[in-house]
Amino acid sequence: MSTTQPTFLIEDLHVSVEGKEILKGVDLAVERGEIHALMGPNGSGKSTLANTLMGHPKYKVTQGRALFQGENILALTPDERARRGLFLAFQYPVAIPGVSLGNFLRAATRAVRGDALTAGAFRKELMEKMQLLKMDSSFAARYVNDGLSGGEKKRAEVLQMALLQPRIAVMDETDSGLDIDALRTVAEGVNAIHTPEMGVLVITHYQRLLNYIRPQFVHVLVAGRVVKSGGEELVEQLEAQGYDPIIREVEAAA
Amino acid sequence: MAVKPQDLMTPGATDYKYGFHDVEDYKYKSGKGLTVEQVEDISRRKGEPEWMLKFRLRAHQLFLKKPMPTWGADLSGIDFDNIHYYVKPSEKTETSWDEVPAYIKDTFDKLGIPEAERKFLAGVSAQYESEVVYHNIREDLQQQGVIFLDMDSGLREHPDIVKEYFGTIIPPNDNKFAALNSAVWSGGSFIYVPKGVHVEIPLQAYFRINTENMGQFERTLIIADEGSSVHYIEGCTAPVYSSDSLHSAVVELIAKRGAHLRYTTIQNWSSNVYNLVTKRALAYEDSVVEWIDGNLGSKVTMKYPGIYLMGEGAKGEVISVAFANTGQHQDAGAKIVHVASNTTSTITSKSISKGGGRTSYRGLLKVHKGAENVKSFVRCDALMLDEHSRSDTYPSIEIDEDQVSIEHEASVSKISEEQLFYLQSRGLDEAAAKTMIVNGFFEAFTKELPMEYAVELNRLLQLQMEGAVG
Repeated sequence: MSTTQPTFLIEDLHVSVEGKEILKGVDLAVERGEIHALMGPNGSGKSTLANTLMGHPKYKVTQGRALFQGENILALTPDERARRGLFLAFQYPVAIPGVSLGNFLRAATRAVRGDALTAGAFRKELMEKMQLLKMDSSFAARYVNDGLSGGEKKRAEVLQMALLQPRIAVMDETDSGLDIDALRTVAEGVNAIHTPEMGVLVITHYQRLLNYIRPQFVHVLVAGRVVKSGGEELVEQLEAQGYDPIIREVEAAA
Repeated sequence: MAVKPQDLMTPGATDYKYGFHDVEDYKYKSGKGLTVEQVEDISRRKGEPEWMLKFRLRAHQLFLKKPMPTWGADLSGIDFDNIHYYVKPSEKTETSWDEVPAYIKDTFDKLGIPEAERKFLAGVSAQYESEVVYHNIREDLQQQGVIFLDMDSGLREHPDIVKEYFGTIIPPNDNKFAALNSAVWSGGSFIYVPKGVHVEIPLQAYFRINTENMGQFERTLIIADEGSSVHYIEGCTAPVYSSDSLHSAVVELIAKRGAHLRYTTIQNWSSNVYNLVTKRALAYEDSVVEWIDGNLGSKVTMKYPGIYLMGEGAKGEVISVAFANTGQHQDAGAKIVHVASNTTSTITSKSISKGGGRTSYRGLLKVHKGAENVKSFVRCDALMLDEHSRSDTYPSIEIDEDQVSIEHEASVSKISEEQLFYLQSRGLDEAAAKTMIVNGFFEAFTKELPMEYAVELNRLLQLQMEGAVG
């Protein structure tokens, strides 16, 4: 009964970093086609969740599971997760000096999609998607995240997302470090590549990205737990009142 | 200030410890190793002029007297008694394909090297026939007055040019291995490019087929006359099998006023070989000399391509990479001497060590008194792929002038967890991710290569990286 289980289901996820527990039982479900926002104050564990889901070796899962189309992916290597259709847009994309974005994307596309596009067909698709993100074609010759501005890096992340066509995309603070124009371009790019087949989890501290990428579901992460879930109205509530009322609510309950 | 190259090349005039200049040891016990008769025999078989025989014999004496260099890699495994100093080409072809080690054949397979070329590379036969291509190129070059021959033919057909330059840039007394090469040299390339002639296609050693360009003691001399340009490519990425354990070449380059001379080498000797090479160039006024030097394979490599910037406005660049795998020591670097004012130099060195391999960067940068407004940039980066490997940097800088701008940057790094995670998150498995990082690390070198070489090098690195995981 594949219809009863969501595409991506996180259950009771506990994660430690260097012996310290950061996530203390996270539950979350993302269905294909849906856009979820995960909001939370600094230090609440947002990036820990993103990196854990992708399989960063620094993050140790001590309890719980993450089912991707029914399979617990937590024991898989990051590349195996990527080939299953999981994608992480990094908050701080890492530079790979000497490797051109074009060559990198070709290798990644081949690895993830498994299709053997000819050099010509790949280039055509790459150029189309770069245009969509208002990236100059010369960008393909630049080294991966090496000497790029913050906005360029984030655009390159979305470009990768566009080419890899993930089932579930986790976007870790894609808005950080972007000015308003870059933010709009990046958000419009995400909207353009979002399909009914793709579930998206947008992780952000602020509301402003969510003015452009409109989530159907909003979750609030505080101190390693999802303490509140709701619809878009939750974004406005957070924007108006900040995280303090929710944090107090949680503390009172505890 | 007129400095003659001969003055500079005399040991003592430039007394730097990384220049292969060693104090002569007169206590050497003669009688072992190479004999006078052997040297005379080589010269006689080749029918050489008297001056070359004398040159060889003098070099032989120097070879016997010179001590082994002890400042660099461990050379104690070299047994001079057990080396064939001269192998006639006819004898060479008798090597059987069956004798070539399986791992070399295997690598040929993986690199997709054609059968005929494999045999050539393995020293099996001199029948690597691209005769037609070679012939066409040769005719074209001849029309422009370009001389491109093996060194032995060069000496026979152009004795005057050879006599004028041979051994003037790297004299036999430079170091023990230059002396050895001078005594027993055979093969190598001789190139002369006339004034104002631009050789459009790279000259490749492969074009000189049926000659001894794969010899152990090859000797190369390239003269780019005023305003000319030439790019010479030697070697390839495929492993070269040698049953002899010592390769000791001497390469001399001269770029006259306004000339542009580029020399590209990729060497991948089999892992039994001591590769001890002396390479040096003279760059006159407004000329450009570039060494593009790749070192893979061998047991030990010691190689420091040098450029003497003799004339104002001259530019020198050395871009080198070294890859040391298990049991290998790549001791490589560069040597730049600014003799004239307004000269610039760049050294870019990239080295990778893996599986307990060792790389050393050894560089000398010297600015003579009176050489003003000199600019130099040195960058050496080392990448270590595991805990057992080793990398050292031995930079030496001697500045006798104030008006200079010298920058030196060095880094030693490992593949970072963050880089691996990033690439793996894009679907590349760990081995592919590491290979991509390694290819990127060598990019400064690879991008200087003709396309087919770059592709081959990346494929070779991929082979070297296999087994890097787990």
